[in-house]
Amino acid sequence: MEAFYPALLGGALIGAAAVLLMGLTGRIAGISGILGGLLPPAPAEDRGFRAAFLIGLVAGPLAVLAATGSSGIGAPVSSYPVLALAGLLVGAGTTLGNGCTSGHGVCGMARLSTRSITATITFTLIAMATVFVVRHLIGGN
Amino acid sequence: MTQIIAGLIAGLVFGIGLAVSGMTDPAVVLGFLDVAGAWNPALAFVLAGAVIVTFIGYRVVLKRPAPVLAPRFSLPAATAIDRELVGGAALFGIGWGLAGYCPGPAIASLAALNRGTLVFVIALLIGMAAVRFVRSTRARPATS
Repeated sequence: MEAFYPALLGGALIGAAAVLLMGLTGRIAGISGILGGLLPPAPAEDRGFRAAFLIGLVAGPLAVLAATGSSGIGAPVSSYPVLALAGLLVGAGTTLGNGCTSGHGVCGMARLSTRSITATITFTLIAMATVFVVRHLIGGN
Repeated sequence: MTQIIAGLIAGLVFGIGLAVSGMTDPAVVLGFLDVAGAWNPALAFVLAGAVIVTFIGYRVVLKRPAPVLAPRFSLPAATAIDRELVGGAALFGIGWGLAGYCPGPAIASLAALNRGTLVFVIALLIGMAAVRFVRSTRARPATS
C-alpha cells in the first residue's frame, strides 16, 4: 500500500489544483480545453490566463526536481512515428470529445456528469484495449 | 491580472501533482493500461485521490454565489451523450494507449526537453487545430 502513497498524494494535489481553479476563476481544470483555446481558428479572449496555467504546468515537475532531486518525468517509450500518430489522435479526440483525463476524468467525474463518466470509461477501456493489441497481439511497442 | 496569477498557481500545483503521481512517466501509465501484463494499479490511486478531493472541494466552492476572481462559474451545460463525445473519447483512448501520454502529463513533461515529448505535443496541437478548423467551417447542427 505504501507504494501507492505518491500516486494518492499526486492525485490529491491534482484535485486541489482543480478546486483552487474553480474557487478562484470558476473554471474547469481541463487541460485539453485550456490548451485548445490558444489555437486557431478563433483563439479565446483569455489567452493570458490559459498560457499562465500551462506555464505553471511545465514548472510543476521543475519544482519537484528542485525539492527532491527527481522531476518524476520518464522518457517516452515509443518511436517518433508512434508518438506523432498518438499525438494527432489525442489532439483530435480530446477536441472532438470536449475533454481529456483532467476535464472528464477528474473534474467531470467529480461533478457526477454522465457525459464525463461515459467519456472516461470509453477512453480508459479503449486505451487498455490498445495496449493489449500492441503488447500482446502484435507484440511490440 | 489576478486571473493570470491564479492560473499560474493552479497550473503549478497541477503540474506538481502530475510529477509526484507518476503520470509524467509513460512507462507507469502504460503499466496501468496493460491489464493483461504486469498490471500496475498506481494510476487508479491517482484518479481516486483527484476525484475525491475535487468532489468534496467542488461541493464547498460551488456553494458560493460566485468565484473569488470572476463574475460567475463556467460549468459545462451539455448533457447529450452523442457520437462526437464517444467517438472523440475512443480516438483519444487509442492515442493514450499508443504512447502513454494524455495532454496534461505530455505538456508538463516538456520540462525535461525530451525530443519524443516534443514530437507528441506538436502532433497534439495539429490534431486539436485540425478539429477546430473543421468545426469552424461547418454549421453546427443543433442536434449533434
